[in-house]
Formats: sequence, C-alpha cells, structure tokens
Amino acid sequence: MLILTCPYCGVDADETELTPGGEAHLTRHGPGSSDDDFHDYLFARDNPRGVHFERWRHTYGCGKWFHAARSTDTLEVFGTYPAQTTEPPKDICDKISGERPGWSWRIFG
Amino acid sequence: MSEAVSSLQSAEFEGLARVAEAGLQGMITLRGDLGARAVRAAVKAAFGVDVPDVNNVASAGHMGVCWMSPDELLLLCPHGEAEAKVAELGTALAKQHHLAVNVSDARAMFQVKGSGGREVLGKLCPLDFAPGKFEPGQIRRTRMAQVPAAVWMDGVDTFRVVCFRSMARYVFGALKAAADPASGVGVY
Repeated sequence: MLILTCPYCGVDADETELTPGGEAHLTRHGPGSSDDDFHDYLFARDNPRGVHFERWRHTYGCGKWFHAARSTDTLEVFGTYPAQTTEPPKDICDKISGERPGWSWRIFG
Repeated sequence: MSEAVSSLQSAEFEGLARVAEAGLQGMITLRGDLGARAVRAAVKAAFGVDVPDVNNVASAGHMGVCWMSPDELLLLCPHGEAEAKVAELGTALAKQHHLAVNVSDARAMFQVKGSGGREVLGKLCPLDFAPGKFEPGQIRRTRMAQVPAAVWMDGVDTFRVVCFRSMARYVFGALKAAADPASGVGVY
C-alpha cells in the first residue's frame, strides 16, 4: 500500500484517496509540432525499474495535482512536491542521490 | 415555493454509535484566494469566524467554516440563511475573483455520536481516528467506503460527515453497517 504526503494539504494520503496520473515532467507537443514529437508526447513513456517521477491527484481530499518521486522496485517514496514546476526540486534529487548513487531518469539525475 | 426536505429526513440508527441524518443544513461552497484580505474579511463579517488553518474547522454557534482545499471553504449556517449569506458574500467580494454557491440541497450531513464513533468511521475511511490523531477542530476530506466525504468532530464523541446528496443513502447504509452492534472491534 502506497502512502503519499500531499504537498498542498500536508495529509498522509492513502493510495485509495489518490488517482494516479502517469509520468511527470512531460513536455507537451501540440498543434504545429512534428509528428515524431507528437507521437512521443502521446505514447512514449518510461517504465523504469527504480527511481521514477509520477503525477498524482489527491482526488478524495483537496483535489490538487502533485508530483511524487518514488522507486518502482521497493515502493520507497523519496518525496512529493507541488506540480507547478518543470523539474524535480533539488532536495529530493539530493536525497535520491544519497540513497541511489548514479541514478538517472530521462534528463535528470 | 416547495418545502425544503433533507435527503433522508433525519433517519436514525442506534448501534456502536448513534448515526443520524442531520436534517436541513445551510452549506455554501466558497472558492477563491483564501489568503486574500478581502476574502478573509468577508468570511469573518458574514460568519463571525476567521478562515481556519489548513485541515481545520472554525465555528461559532450555528455558523461554521471548514477548510476544504487550498482555495475552497465550506461555510455552514442555518438552512434558511444560506441564500442571504451567498448574496452577502457576493456583495463583499464583488471586486475579488471568487465563487460562492449555495450547495445546501446538493449535500447531505450526518452526525455520528457516541463512544464508538471513532471505530465506526475508522472502518470506512483510510485515516487514523485515534485520540490525539483526530480531534475536534480538525477536518479531513477523504474516501468513505467508495464515495468522497468530509469528516470533522463537533466535540468529544461527536462526528459530522458531509457527502453528496445523491450518495446519502449509500453513506447512511455504510455507516449503519459499520455501527452494527455485533461488529465491535475495540481498536480505539
């Protein structure tokens, strides 16, 4: 069972209070972009074993979207942070580096 | 004008705790910048209580203010006063981006009273109702069985539950099942 702390209301929310929103930090490619970019934006997703960044929504609680950094193999949660950002915050990256030296996820790490 | 009727017309059940539909209750959803001075002043003027902190409830007499999300409050007042309060907020916040809606007849409220209340709610919601973890003044929006609900405490052993009116019968049924006298667990 996954428990994530909502960065907006500070609640330790049970997984059943949340809605998963897939991979975080996607760059949107809309009208006018190349077919390859649009295809990747729509369909190409990472499926890493280990460190992963995801979007979650505190659906049954405050209703806000947030991001979570967690491990897909141990279910360890490294941290959660508000969604108004294009990259993971430094303190969370530092924490992951401390526990998983050499980690990388897309362009981060 | 038709007569206002609450969803389950004060249905009751006595078990581990007394579960009762709370009857008509004025409820107003207010969305806006809760940090804005104008919003805080308007709420204080209309309801007599300050905007509470995150995950808290403030009340005075028949008036109450529940924190629902970083930009949303649930305001409580007598059922007959809700329309007037919406108008009052609309006037006070005319220059402020906001939304105030009378949702009194779109929600249902329940009261769960008795020493078994913590256990009844603990069976239905994924949160810790242990004394010290959940106390009067706190509010949580959460999942109750399969539907969304907000839960807070009026006082020792008295819980309030708000859900969508269309789900009132389901919530009442879930509360009744959780309060079945033969289903005591004795956790809290």
